[in-house]
Amino acid sequence: MKRLRYILRRAVQAIPVILAIVVMNFLLLQLAEGDAVDVLAGEAGSATPEYIAQLRERFGLDQPVYVQLFHYMTNILTFDLGYSFRQEMPVSELIMVRLGPTLLLMVTTLVIAVGFGVLLGILAARGLNTWRDNLISVFALISYATPLFWIGLMFVVVFSLKLDLLPASGMESIGAFYEGWDRVVDIARHLILPALTLSLFYLAAYTRLMRASILEQAGMDYVVTARAKGLTERAITYRHVLRNALLPVVTVAGVQMGGLLGGSVIVESVFGWPGLGLLAYDALFSRDLNLLLGIFFVSACLVVLVNLFIDILYTFLDPRIEVG
Amino acid sequence: MTAFFARFLRNRSAAVGVLLLLGVLLLAILAPILFPGDPFRLAGPTMEPPSPDFLFGTDTLGRDVAAAIAHGAVTSLMIGFVASLVAVLCGTVLGAVAGYFGGRIDDLLMRITEIFQTIPSFIFAILLVAILSPSVQSVVIAIAVVSWPPVARLVRGEFLSMKSREFVQAARTLGMSDGRIIFMQILPNCLSPIIVAGSLMVATAILLESGLAFLGLGDPNVMSWGFMIGAGRSVLRSAWWVCTFPGIAILLTVLAINLVGEGLNDALNPRLRERSA
Repeated sequence: MKRLRYILRRAVQAIPVILAIVVMNFLLLQLAEGDAVDVLAGEAGSATPEYIAQLRERFGLDQPVYVQLFHYMTNILTFDLGYSFRQEMPVSELIMVRLGPTLLLMVTTLVIAVGFGVLLGILAARGLNTWRDNLISVFALISYATPLFWIGLMFVVVFSLKLDLLPASGMESIGAFYEGWDRVVDIARHLILPALTLSLFYLAAYTRLMRASILEQAGMDYVVTARAKGLTERAITYRHVLRNALLPVVTVAGVQMGGLLGGSVIVESVFGWPGLGLLAYDALFSRDLNLLLGIFFVSACLVVLVNLFIDILYTFLDPRIEVG
Repeated sequence: MTAFFARFLRNRSAAVGVLLLLGVLLLAILAPILFPGDPFRLAGPTMEPPSPDFLFGTDTLGRDVAAAIAHGAVTSLMIGFVASLVAVLCGTVLGAVAGYFGGRIDDLLMRITEIFQTIPSFIFAILLVAILSPSVQSVVIAIAVVSWPPVARLVRGEFLSMKSREFVQAARTLGMSDGRIIFMQILPNCLSPIIVAGSLMVATAILLESGLAFLGLGDPNVMSWGFMIGAGRSVLRSAWWVCTFPGIAILLTVLAINLVGEGLNDALNPRLRERSA
């Protein structure tokens, strides 16, 4: 019951954040030169000033700014994100279609990054200051400094063009029409390179975090107790330290969600992965501001949701957290 | 000061970082001498592989990749430095005000900071540049706008822990104004974490800039590493060098700055010498 109240309170706290993002979206739209009517008029070729004024009136663009803001807010909160004049489809529909592939890419990336990050972090911490630790540190340093798009392209050169092992772009083989397991395998093969590219930076981050977190736990009383009980170092690390050391990794994974979505724009445009990021890239090229703002809004909401989820997850993982 | 440099350079990785960074700086300074003229100029045949004439080859239009790398160094370093400076200044002022005054102002400023930390920063930067139209100025603004929040939080934390210290109370008893206490008394005492955060931010800013340029959001009149990689990706199969070398330039520069930043951290915070992360 207490937990439910906590969850509800956190959910309510997310509302002003979403509202602020909507307002920011609106301000950005105001900042842009020209409005939807200019775009339409430009598209139509010859439009008389009277016709333009008429259009403005119809879209409510002649109203004062605060009235427009109110309309904009009511629209967005009913998930009406406007119309993409380039793709000739409502923005929300375009986004819904692309959400799935992006989520698939995100989840795979997170699993790779957290999984291997935790593993490498443990290896580094257990072999503190040995060659293993140093090697992992050097790897993390280099991953931190590598531009995503560049390593993606290098992966394509090596694994697709030279070795011909994995497909270089897209989510499925075009014209193959696989079904059932064949299709799953096909998508998985397309997924490997983009997910690996996107996870590299986070892998490095989680490795360093996990290493630090384990070293911090190593001095705790419960570890001394376990050692006094005669447990092996292996058992202490995996059964006791690991669980406690994982908490900061979970927190940071939530915080980095926004960065992950940003990275997906680059990775998806490198690998032609048909998700939100590629949609943003296309919108950028066709100067489709409505669509770009819609993607921005949806991804911001996604981050808020994930953070909410992590907060809730935290109350289960760490009973010390006051939920009352 | 000499003790500081000695401590800084005793750290082997920091010394490597300084050397690398000096190399990139030198390249940027010498760019107009080594590769005179416009880097967009068509210098030779198209897609020429690396050779003594063109050290890193030429791209699809016959532009010299080596010249582009040298001139791109200027762009990257300048944008990275200026954007970080703007972000650090904004973050410091906001964080200082929030931490020093506390109460409602603190609540409000921290709420705003949280919102800026929640929104996906790279997508936000893309939007800003797209709306402001691509130029050096708008890239700097976009990077600064998405980079200030961590600095604000850092400075706020420092101010919170400093504002009830005795030297601040003494300054207040002397009748010093809030502004003078903030900038003349407290700020000098928390400069070292700000310097460390700022230097590490230059690395992130350079990565951001290259990402934006790769997506075609760089200043069209200024050569940059990200732009070269973006321009070369269509000929990845036949001319790998166009993408490869500018990427290595980014990697080395960012690595150098990270090493220097961490070295600064170790040298400025001797308590944290046993760097755990």
